[in-house]
Amino acid sequence: MDGRIAAVKRPAGIKLKAFKAAFPNTIPIMAGFLFLGITYGIYMNVSGFSFLYPMFMSMTIFAGSVEFVTVNMLMGSFNPLQAFLLALMINARHLFYGISMLDRYKGTGIKKIYLIYGMCDESFSVNYTANIPDDVDKGWFMFFVNLLNQIYWVTGATLGGIFGSFIKFNTKGLEFVMTAMFVVIFMEQWLKEKNHTSSLLGLGISLVCLILFGADNFIIPSMAIILAVLTLLRRVLEKDGEKT
Amino acid sequence: MTLAQQIITIAMVVLATVITRFLPFIVFPSGKPTPKYVQYLGKVLPAAVFGLLVIYCLKSVDVTAWSYGLPELISIAVVAGLHLWKRQMLLSIAGGTVCYMLLVQFVFC
Repeated sequence: MDGRIAAVKRPAGIKLKAFKAAFPNTIPIMAGFLFLGITYGIYMNVSGFSFLYPMFMSMTIFAGSVEFVTVNMLMGSFNPLQAFLLALMINARHLFYGISMLDRYKGTGIKKIYLIYGMCDESFSVNYTANIPDDVDKGWFMFFVNLLNQIYWVTGATLGGIFGSFIKFNTKGLEFVMTAMFVVIFMEQWLKEKNHTSSLLGLGISLVCLILFGADNFIIPSMAIILAVLTLLRRVLEKDGEKT
Repeated sequence: MTLAQQIITIAMVVLATVITRFLPFIVFPSGKPTPKYVQYLGKVLPAAVFGLLVIYCLKSVDVTAWSYGLPELISIAVVAGLHLWKRQMLLSIAGGTVCYMLLVQFVFC
């Protein structure tokens, strides 16, 4: 039905209306993305990278947490397989955003490609939960939510990358922003979940692997063991999930 | 790393990210029921990955040498405390980072 109504109206009007409906939903994200984006840009700058790195990485990767991790990897030894696997694991949650959006993205035409490409945590949260008015084209609404969020993020990262070199204060310790971010994400997950088995397994297995394999080689064994243990515990954890 | 190696590294990250985003739409084109095992992983995997990421951030901390991981420990406690108190993501991140910067620049220097 949406498609037929959309076809009758003037395309420009539809886009403007969707933009006006989408923008207010993205204001909190603008604040967060500019702040985190600038921090990310400064972090790359003080790590010795030109602003072109945060600019292009924020544009092409467009997944905050993995971009911070990539800075670390760029400063380490060349290991493309680890980069691929680590990004795959960190972003594995996107698979489940995608599964949730299968229906919502139906009938959005060519825009669907960008809707999938730009599906970050924040865009997913807004597009998954927003009550889009009936007279607003939902495809264009979600498109503008994605686009605005990406603009905020790339702008922040680029500004941070450019002005990072003009910063007069001592930035030693700024890299902790990444640790702080993941601690907060971990806590958000912890506060939401009823069963902490998986959170504790993630911490515990990784810590043991770090001690056993050392800082440069612990990621892949950690991932493999986490996947194996979670698979073995499937019956227990699924039963537990049904109870709660 | 050379420029080419950096570009390859970034390209691998882009490729992996794009795969995670597009795969469901390729595998489940008409909204067929998702396999139970995939649904299960979708529920339990993120929590474990976040735990792994916290450890990943702390991988270079040496608890046997001076500062003994104390700046990290204190700052994580500040992040956790702020977050339990106000539950404002940006405040917790900013507060913990400022705390860590002050500690490594003035206290544990």
